[in-house]
Parts: sequence; structure tokens; C-alpha cells
Amino acid sequence: MAAPIAVHLEFGGGAELLFGGVKDHQVTLPSQSEPWDMKQLLAWIRANMLQERPELFVQGDTVRPGILVLINDADWELMGELTYQLQDQDNVVFISTLHGG
Amino acid sequence: MPVLCSSCEQKRAVLKRPKTGHSLCKECFFWAFEEEVHQTIVSARLFSPGETVGIGASGGKDSTVLAHVLKVLNERYSYGLKLLLLSVDEGITGYRDDSLETVKRNQQQYDLPLKIVSYEELYGWTMDAIVKQVGLKNNCTFCGVFRRQALDRGAMMLKVDKICTGHNADDVAETVLMNVLRGDIARLRRCTAISTASEGEGVVPRCKPLKYAYEKEIVLYAYFKKLDYFSTECIYSPNAYRGHARAFLKDLEAVRPSAIVDVIHSGENLSVREGVRMPVQGNCSRCGYISSQALCKSCVLLEGLNRGLPKLGIGKHHRLHGKILAREPLTQEEERKLKAVDF
Repeated sequence: MAAPIAVHLEFGGGAELLFGGVKDHQVTLPSQSEPWDMKQLLAWIRANMLQERPELFVQGDTVRPGILVLINDADWELMGELTYQLQDQDNVVFISTLHGG
Repeated sequence: MPVLCSSCEQKRAVLKRPKTGHSLCKECFFWAFEEEVHQTIVSARLFSPGETVGIGASGGKDSTVLAHVLKVLNERYSYGLKLLLLSVDEGITGYRDDSLETVKRNQQQYDLPLKIVSYEELYGWTMDAIVKQVGLKNNCTFCGVFRRQALDRGAMMLKVDKICTGHNADDVAETVLMNVLRGDIARLRRCTAISTASEGEGVVPRCKPLKYAYEKEIVLYAYFKKLDYFSTECIYSPNAYRGHARAFLKDLEAVRPSAIVDVIHSGENLSVREGVRMPVQGNCSRCGYISSQALCKSCVLLEGLNRGLPKLGIGKHHRLHGKILAREPLTQEEERKLKAVDF
């Protein structure tokens, strides 16, 4: 069994509007048999945190195109995207680019 | 396993560039992004030394990044430009008032003069008042037409030589698609141009220095530079058509990142067969602004608001222009059609 891990989540660029207008969230992911990866984190966010219009945040098992994801301040495209294995104290940022300029 | 920057090969890469596929560290990314905007400016000869350039500033990500980058480049390459911020207050409570606060902070942060022109002072109508009369169906038409002219009027007041706007590659690609989908040949031909020449009295030349900059890079530039920008959707904006074009492009980009520049490239290289009828640009006989009709869209929309006939400027009612100009009353039948607002 993997121990529970604490991660810091940040929503910006308008994505916070889907999470009650709150940008910063400190969450604890419960203990499970497999290590947590980004794909599971997204499913967990959808089930536990998303407050409205889930289709504006997730599409299939990934984020909606147009939402940028940074893991520890680096583009998740460099980190394996959905397969990245989360570590305790990781920092994950979601920035929507779908809002007006 | 951290990926190293493919440029300096020393620092940890922070992003994968959609346009090139390169992985870059923060510093190399800032440099590459700014240099590409510089290349765009130089190769298209967007500015000349000594010019006063008004940056259309909404407080959003694009115009904030544009203001920041232009200030950096103006100093780095001695463009010799006098830069200032130009904002439009549409009069939307809870949206524009908040975003204008961001612009006011940008004015301090970048030490640039700021001019705000409001719909209320220019047209006698705020968007809040317009929405009360026309509802949420065609309100974006009013806002878009009024904003274009408002920026020009603000620019004239400040004696600005050029206006630049924060339109990015994604915006241009979206516009190409929308014009294809609407069959709007005249706009399709114009929309990829990086700059417009002065089209006549009262119209200030415009350009888009971020035309080839991907939205992803603009957002990450703002994020890594910790720029102060505002990101809330307009409370009145359903803008469904653009929304679909946008979502479609984002889906394409996820599969093939070059899709954005590819669509722009297609738009740039379209040539319209001879013999396709194009609207002839003239001037509005009331306010002098460019128009392909006797009255410009802005004057017709305003006339509609003031007569309590909000649909006057929506759709094609050109044959009524003569009556409006002559200040003649419309027939009951004509009025009936223009009053019916379908909510």
C-alpha cells in the first residue's frame, strides 16, 4: 500500500471558476494500492472537487484541450502527462487559456 | 526525470514549445519568445522610429504580455517608440470595471501613460444599458462594433500613429475558420493581414505583433514572468460561434500542434478568384468612419438604440439607410420587424 500523499493544486486563468472561485487547494490523496498518477488525480479532482460544468475541465480521461498543466512549475508535456507518478508535496497548476484576452 | 533545455543544455526545461517541439528553460524561453516577436515586428516593418503607438489594453493575458514585450523590445532594440496604453470601458459592471483595475496597475508596473475611453462618453450608452434594451442575443454585435470605433477615437484623441492589439495566433486561426464557415470572403481575405493601412479619415492603422505567438506560450510567458492579468469571462458573452471554432482548433492542436499556424498559412495564401464581388469601402455619411454602406454599422446600431428599434443594425436593412439619414419615420410594418427581439 502506498501512503497518502499531500499535493498542492492551483487553478488559474479562469479555471478557478469551476472550483468555487478558489485558486489554491491543499489536498491529501488517500492511501491506495498503486502509486497516484496524473490520470487518477484528474479522476479524483472530477469526483471530489469540481463544482460545475465538468466538461469545461475534463474531456475523456484527460484535461480539456486549452487547459495547460504544470507539474512543479514545468509543462506536463515534459513530465509524461497522464502517466506522471505524483510525489508527496508536488505542486500541480491548471491554467485555462479559454478565457478572454 | 527532468528534461534539460535543448538550447542552453544546462538548466531544467520548463515547457515544450508547440510551434517547434523544443524543450526550453525559463530564460531561453523568454528570450526565444521575445526574439520571435521582434522578428515579426522587423520583417513586417510594423513600426518606424519616433512613432506613438497605442497598445489596446484590456487587462487580459494577451494585451498584458504585448505591453510587457513591446516595452522590453523598445528598450532592447531602440525602436524609438512612444508607447501608451489605450483601454475601452464598455460599461459592464463586475467585468470591465475589474479588468480596468488591472490595466491601471499595468500602467504603474510598466510606467506607460494610460487613456480610457468609455462607451458612455462616446455613444451615450453603456453595455449594461444596451443589454437591458436588446437582451443577450445580439449584444456582442454592439460591443464589437463599438469597441473597434472606440479604440480609433481614443487613438485620435491621443494623436497615436498606430494601434497594436494583442491578437495571437490562435485568435487569427479562429477568425480564418469563422470566416470560412460564414462564407465571408471579404473578411477572410483581410483577416490574416498583420497590419492594416490607414483606411481613411478617423481610422488609425492597426497591427498584431503577436500574430504568430501561440496562446499557450503567451499564457506561460505571463505565468513564469508573474505578470498581473485578469481572466474572467465577460458576463454577457455567449459568443457561441467563436466558442465552437475555438474548441475545434484546440482539439486539432492537441493532435497536431502546428494546426494553428497551418490554418493561418492557409488563410494567408488563399486567393480570391477575379470577378467575386467585394463590398466597396467608402465613408459613413453621418460620422465619416469607414463603411461599405451609406451609414456605418456603429451609427445604425446607435440609431436603433435611440429609436427603441434594437434590431435595426442586426441583419441587413440597408434600404432603410436613406430614411434614417433623412430622419424620416419608418412605417409601422418596418418598425414592427425591428422591435421584435427574440429572447
